Amino acid sequence: MILPLLNGLRITLSHLFRKPVTLQYPKERPEVAPDFRGLHALKMSHDRARCVACHLCPTVCPAKCITVEAGEDANHDKFAARYEIDMLRCIFCGYCVEACPVDALRMTQTFELANYRREDFVFVKERLQEKN
Amino acid sequence: MGYEILGLPLIYYITMVAKTVAVFVFVLLTVAYATWAERKLIGHMQVRIGPKRVGPYGLLQPIADGLKLFFKEEIVPAQASRFAFLIAPLVALVPAFISFAVIPFGDTVTIAGYQVPLQIASVYDGTSMRVLDINVGVLYILAMASVGVYGIVLAGWASNSKYSLLGGLRSSAQMISYELAAGLAIILVFMSSETLSLHKIVAEQAGLFGWNIFRNPFMFAGGIIFFICSLAEINRTPFDLPEAETELVSGFCTEYSSMKYAMFFMAEYANMVTVCAVTTTLFLGGWHGPFPPVVNFVAKVYGLIFVCMWIRATYPRYRYDQLMRLGWKVFLPATLLLICGNAVWLLVFP
Repeated sequence: MILPLLNGLRITLSHLFRKPVTLQYPKERPEVAPDFRGLHALKMSHDRARCVACHLCPTVCPAKCITVEAGEDANHDKFAARYEIDMLRCIFCGYCVEACPVDALRMTQTFELANYRREDFVFVKERLQEKN
Repeated sequence: MGYEILGLPLIYYITMVAKTVAVFVFVLLTVAYATWAERKLIGHMQVRIGPKRVGPYGLLQPIADGLKLFFKEEIVPAQASRFAFLIAPLVALVPAFISFAVIPFGDTVTIAGYQVPLQIASVYDGTSMRVLDINVGVLYILAMASVGVYGIVLAGWASNSKYSLLGGLRSSAQMISYELAAGLAIILVFMSSETLSLHKIVAEQAGLFGWNIFRNPFMFAGGIIFFICSLAEINRTPFDLPEAETELVSGFCTEYSSMKYAMFFMAEYANMVTVCAVTTTLFLGGWHGPFPPVVNFVAKVYGLIFVCMWIRATYPRYRYDQLMRLGWKVFLPATLLLICGNAVWLLVFP
């Protein structure tokens, strides 16, 4: 009856000398996993988004959070005139990245997506494009 | 030597005031920093950090907490018994501090040719060359510990809240169950020291194995049981049923706010310091040890406070029936057996 009690004391005492796991968050940042699925980024190629507006990502998206509208550029190539992701609906499953046939989309390590206004959660093309 | 007031030298009054102030400041500071130490210690035992924002290592945290509570709104419930409600925190707080009057912090020191015992309620008698302290010191401490529970019962009753009332009732029931065993454990000390004066009890425990707890196996078990029963008497985890948060919101102090709540909080921690000091005095040899007397005493008290916090970080709260069973069916018969054993031991090895 007494031994388990003493064992409990031993365990708490051994924990006293462990390094605390606390992360002083705004000052210290967590190291996220290399394949962490954070905010989306549209990959760039020759200073424009690589996306060809094939609509595979909105099709595969289980949360229906991607809006794509196709446009035609000077070379008669299809491109995404409008590309928006609603981060309030996105479930960060990464299916859009898997579905993309031209490898135009990837997911970054950014996880701080808080905003003050509801509209700001809809990330438009310019905000999603990779900055060098 | 110089001036006399009412037949006593002036130095008597000066040292008396100085001792009182010093002990009071010591207890208050210990109480304040016990809250900090407890949060820090339990934090690290849970592999967290604990307070660290207010001042270096969070050392100003107790002051910040005190200020915050001081400026909070005083709330008296509409249906509360106003006088009892207001007086309850005082009734809880004062006995917690008052026990320190008889605790010996050390033997005597010589100040201006006058022997001053380091114990508030005592004087050095020049003619008989002995320290005269209150000759029923242990009973005095037991009495004060019992008065302390009145504050809690009063708070529970006066609040006119079912949680408070249950907290108060539990507190008194717990007090009765555990004071018996604690009192019987103290009898072990009387049996070997044959006095109730705390100064004499400590003075007898000189030497490495002179401490009461190391005298014989019965005293050892008795010391541990006394400490556990004391924890139960002051409502500390794992016996904190009167303020069991999961069942009773906050128990007897549910309806209290502001400084009145802070006073209950202080009483709880002051009681912890008192209990550790009493255990040190009765069982752990008081001021005896390798360092200067006062340092020995304070180190032992702080060591026991550490044990209190360690226990709090480790054990969950007892269920009510388990608590009662432990008090009446385990500790009470155990201490009675220890007394018989100790009596035999003292006869065989006088």
